[in-house]
Amino acid sequence: MAFRATHLLGIEHLAPPEITALLDLADTYVDLNRRTVKHANALAGMTQINMFFEASTRTQASFELAGKRLGADVMNMAMQASSLKKGETLIDTALTLNAMHPDLLVVRHPHSGAVNLLAQKVNCAVLNAGDGRHEHPTQALLDALTIRRRKGRLHRLTVAICGDIAHSRVARSNILLLGKMEARIRLIGPPTLMPSGVADWGVEVTDNMAEGLKGADVVMMLRLQKERMDGAFIPSEREYFHRFGLDAEKLAHAHPEAIVMHPGPMNRGVEIDGTLADDINRSVIQEQVEMGVAVRMAAMDLLARNLRAARGMAAMGEGA
Amino acid sequence: MITFFQNARLIDPEAGEERIGNLIVDAGLIAATDAANPPKGAEVIDCNGKCLAPGIIDVGVKIGEPGERHRESFRSAGQAAAAGGVTTIIARPDTDPAIDTPEMLEFVTRRAASATPVRIRHMAALTRARAGHEMTEIGFLRDAGAVAFSDVFNVTENTRVLSRCLTYAHSLGALVVGHPQDTGLSRGASVTSGKFASLRGLPAVSPLAERIGLDRDLGLVELTGARYHADQITTARALPPLERAKANGLDVTAGISVHHLTLNELDVGDYRTFFKLTPPLRSEDDRMAMVGAVASGVIDIICSMHTPQDEESKRLPYEAAASGAVGLQTLLPAALRLVHAGAIGLPQLFRALSHNPARRFGLPGGRLTPGAPADLVLFDPDAPFVLDRFTLLSKSKNTPFDGARLQGRVLATFVDGKRITP
Repeated sequence: MAFRATHLLGIEHLAPPEITALLDLADTYVDLNRRTVKHANALAGMTQINMFFEASTRTQASFELAGKRLGADVMNMAMQASSLKKGETLIDTALTLNAMHPDLLVVRHPHSGAVNLLAQKVNCAVLNAGDGRHEHPTQALLDALTIRRRKGRLHRLTVAICGDIAHSRVARSNILLLGKMEARIRLIGPPTLMPSGVADWGVEVTDNMAEGLKGADVVMMLRLQKERMDGAFIPSEREYFHRFGLDAEKLAHAHPEAIVMHPGPMNRGVEIDGTLADDINRSVIQEQVEMGVAVRMAAMDLLARNLRAARGMAAMGEGA
Repeated sequence: MITFFQNARLIDPEAGEERIGNLIVDAGLIAATDAANPPKGAEVIDCNGKCLAPGIIDVGVKIGEPGERHRESFRSAGQAAAAGGVTTIIARPDTDPAIDTPEMLEFVTRRAASATPVRIRHMAALTRARAGHEMTEIGFLRDAGAVAFSDVFNVTENTRVLSRCLTYAHSLGALVVGHPQDTGLSRGASVTSGKFASLRGLPAVSPLAERIGLDRDLGLVELTGARYHADQITTARALPPLERAKANGLDVTAGISVHHLTLNELDVGDYRTFFKLTPPLRSEDDRMAMVGAVASGVIDIICSMHTPQDEESKRLPYEAAASGAVGLQTLLPAALRLVHAGAIGLPQLFRALSHNPARRFGLPGGRLTPGAPADLVLFDPDAPFVLDRFTLLSKSKNTPFDGARLQGRVLATFVDGKRITP
């Protein structure tokens, strides 16, 4: 089988055929999700625990729904409110949960690398739902699925990613994925919001929207965190919108058929013009949410298959 | 009592040469290096052609006394030092509480002397509680035996305070050890900025922060005439100002940890917290430049920056994990990588490990000449081994060299001519 990973910690460790296999499977789940009866039993009898150490509404809901539609028993744990307050370490929390025999662990954590650390300590499949500024793999996969369904392919498309690249795990995962799938990537944003060493990433970098959007097939806008708007990274919200906010005028530089994406939640009037975000001819923002459930179903399905296979091998080993 | 070290490969850092010969120790001092035969009644130690060098003087060792004895005690540090060929430890004052009064210094000096045969000398804090506001009693502390003054990783941000401390220290001839770093850039950072840091999504510090910090400190040294040692210079961009300061006759020296000479930022890999150091590991280009700087003598001292951390403080997400690595026992085998790679010779290595630290910190060791204390390390520079961190004698096992292939084993360590290794 093309998909061999045991965890989904990041796009970094996925091979292009694994990405393609996952997107192909997700396509079938899109069809399932559009039916009235949305049940499959790929995860029947399995236990999925969602551990969110950082507040999240949409990602958590998406993972929960994905698990339930595949028949898993899903448990949500709001970790900000729980044991960490009592001084328990991440590893102890992981070991405690591990003792309950979960099969899938979905983790979001404010520290980069925390999900990798946790994955070393448990014996179930771990999915990274966002760790610090590191990766957010399911977001990149759902973006890829959205693009592929709209444009028919990923390779040789020009994708412009605009905004706060430096602090964005969404941008990192997308850059890695689109790079692996041979898309052409342009990063647009003020230099204060560009990561160090970006020149070595094999992407084009500019701080000029007109130049960066020129001929782009896909325009991906990133969320600008409120706490970065206070003058430390950019002078003001309004200057940012003027220079980097996406509106119809700036979008006119892109390919006439270009689609507009945003991982949400949006700041209307900061990084994207409200009217444009709602324009169903250009904006695929709602579609991204739909693809999110399908991609997460596909990811959990594939990891569960590998988990069953690994456990089967282990059982055979014991028998012998 | 007389000891005759026979058939040794004598490493003389002062003369910058090595040769096969014999060495006589009498009453704890080196008596001769040119005798052909053992004197009457001498104990003979056959070195089998292995290396005999002045014992290592490790500058900037953190020992958890007082405050963190579960991480390292004088006893455990002494055992690790002996096993690593270190005969003198220059301990850091970043204890809890800090070593910032003569009473405290007398207390730790007494404890150290009764706990280990390895020589332990202390640095004292430059400012009270290492807080960067008021200077410590530099005169009293010097009388009580402080060999240098340092706030360790707490950079004295207030330039006026640092300027006064340097002026006062200069009047007493005291050595100040600084940690050159611009804290505005380095605060909260856990890796060096660049492609690797960005891909890992970790908060990063520009390598320039060291250069900016060094520029300020050197400016103040020029102003005050103070004796100044930069604890760790780890980036290529900080080398030109350092060279310039030396050429201009300022009383300036610089050190580097062995980790920054043998590892680079990519070793952090998948968030391995045992590689989290202060300052963070640098790029391979910087590492190469630093090896060159040691070879050319721009960097004077190689140390371990021994920083014991317990397992719990390292078993955390990278950003939250404690910084630092133990190094007393791995300093020599790790530093020998530079010799095996052909970057420097053994006499040059011991210049940086023994001779220069002794000169800079006003200690009698670091030489193989008659009259010097017989603090010696006998080692086989070629013996290969794979390090298992649980074999280390430090209470803390946080070494980045766990599982690493190293070459060079200490066979015996001597202080005052007495063997202190089993």
